[in-house]
Amino acid sequence: MFTGLMLNTWIAGTVVAVIAGVTGFFAVLRGSTFAAHAIPNGAFAGAAGATLLGFNPLAGLAVFSVAGALGIAGLSRRARNDVATALTLVLMLGVGALFVSWSTEYAQEAYSLLFGEVFGVSSDEVLPILILGAVSIAAIIVMFRPLLLSSALPEVAEARGISARRMELAFLLVMALATSMTVPVVGALLMFSLMIGPSAAARSVTARPVLAMTLAVVIALVTVWTGIVVSYESNWPLGFLVGVMGAFFFLAGRAYRSAAGRLKPRVA
Amino acid sequence: MHYVFEPGFFSSGPVHTALAVGAVIAITSAVVGVFTVIRGQSFAGHSLADIATTGGSGAFLVGVNQFWGFLAFGAGAAAFMEMIGVQRRRGRDVATGVVLGAALGLAALFLYLGTQSSSTTGASFTILFGSIFVITSSTVPALIVSALLALATVVVLARVLLLSALSPDIAAARGVPVRAVGAAFLMALAVSVALSAVIIGAVLSTALLIGPAATALRLVKSPVKAVITAAGLGVLAVWIGVVLAYDSYYWPPAGRGWPVSFFVVTLVVAGYLLSGLRRRDNRVAPQHQNDPEHACSPA
Repeated sequence: MFTGLMLNTWIAGTVVAVIAGVTGFFAVLRGSTFAAHAIPNGAFAGAAGATLLGFNPLAGLAVFSVAGALGIAGLSRRARNDVATALTLVLMLGVGALFVSWSTEYAQEAYSLLFGEVFGVSSDEVLPILILGAVSIAAIIVMFRPLLLSSALPEVAEARGISARRMELAFLLVMALATSMTVPVVGALLMFSLMIGPSAAARSVTARPVLAMTLAVVIALVTVWTGIVVSYESNWPLGFLVGVMGAFFFLAGRAYRSAAGRLKPRVA
Repeated sequence: MHYVFEPGFFSSGPVHTALAVGAVIAITSAVVGVFTVIRGQSFAGHSLADIATTGGSGAFLVGVNQFWGFLAFGAGAAAFMEMIGVQRRRGRDVATGVVLGAALGLAALFLYLGTQSSSTTGASFTILFGSIFVITSSTVPALIVSALLALATVVVLARVLLLSALSPDIAAARGVPVRAVGAAFLMALAVSVALSAVIIGAVLSTALLIGPAATALRLVKSPVKAVITAAGLGVLAVWIGVVLAYDSYYWPPAGRGWPVSFFVVTLVVAGYLLSGLRRRDNRVAPQHQNDPEHACSPA
């Protein structure tokens, strides 16, 4: 279980979980759940296009996820945020459908991009995953304080000269970066569960930012590691396990909060 | 004429079905969509569509028509979202997201088990991206009845829906059961999304739901006019999409037709972007026309 290709799986899975925990924490805090869903999903189209043209799918993912982030940020300037996100997403998916229909033997590959192929991580892919992961983490650390302030108290941040719009764009770009790396591993649809489930659970347990973020990373790691083991044994898709465990942790967090809330009133 | 409508377009049975059913579905989606946009529930709409994927793949697994799977899972998920807190604006997106994540996991499992037993990978593609030309005539009555039910729900509740979207407090003070109304709307949303999932696919049905509605709300002010405009735009997008998809059979590179969903989505988004140009001209109008809250802020 810890040899050869499986070692790649463990490394990739671990990096993905850490990234998902860190970016997911901000996604939940900022209420950008929809964007967190839209960017990985739309990026799938990029991978489809890149495969069609014979490029590395990672390049396609990167281009489309960044384009998605810019599209959402650009359209939200003059429309409601959720409408902008929805339209950006469907446009990218529509293009994806076109690419998939053009290529002949793509259906299976489309499936693995949507739902992940964690056991197919090759040694060539591990290095880019590590580098992109490190860059995303570094970006989050650099803008940690302004991003936190702008997420929790946008007006105060604005008064201190932190542009909410610029912060939003920066955050979406980091999410795009993280996405292009994680989609081949856990799949476009499930990257989202991994970002939202653990972070939402962590937030219902504690309100302290750093603690909540650490907890989110830990829960994401537990989810992915358990998922890999169970998936290895049963051959069931990792995506299924990640999705269901994310929901389970969320409900557990909610149960904990309502139990704790009965003991002492919780200060928002 | 010949260049627009390829030979055989008007005599083809599947095309007739596609145009008729497509129009009914486009109208339902557009009408429900106007309220979805006003109520700020785009994410819920999109999630219900994605969750319908799970139903579609489950139906594929047990061998019944996809539409029933779309419908059953959509309605179930709507009920579940309502239960865990979709009615509160704050926790809503997260509640939606968690239900969505779990459902997508199930979809992965169903598709995996399905392809395991019958080795038809094309099925996952049909479920995700739809196929308007292969609607079986036995499902048509069911599609139309569900569409009418969803439409009737929204039309009957129209005034209450608007009021509870614009000001929940006033609505509650007037004795409107805000929560029940919200739940009924979520059900109508689930049905209309399941419908459009059949024609342009679960993943893309958001386009028909949000696109025409958002465009219409940019162009006209009153809700009634917006509903009519949105329905018109939706039908237009679906019909042009069908024509182009039919023509595209002769286009490069593959010679086997481009997907309808691609055309519909592109038309819908193009329409939205064009409507933005017009808005720029008479920009004196206040920006927050359709916003129940200052919905532009990220929080």
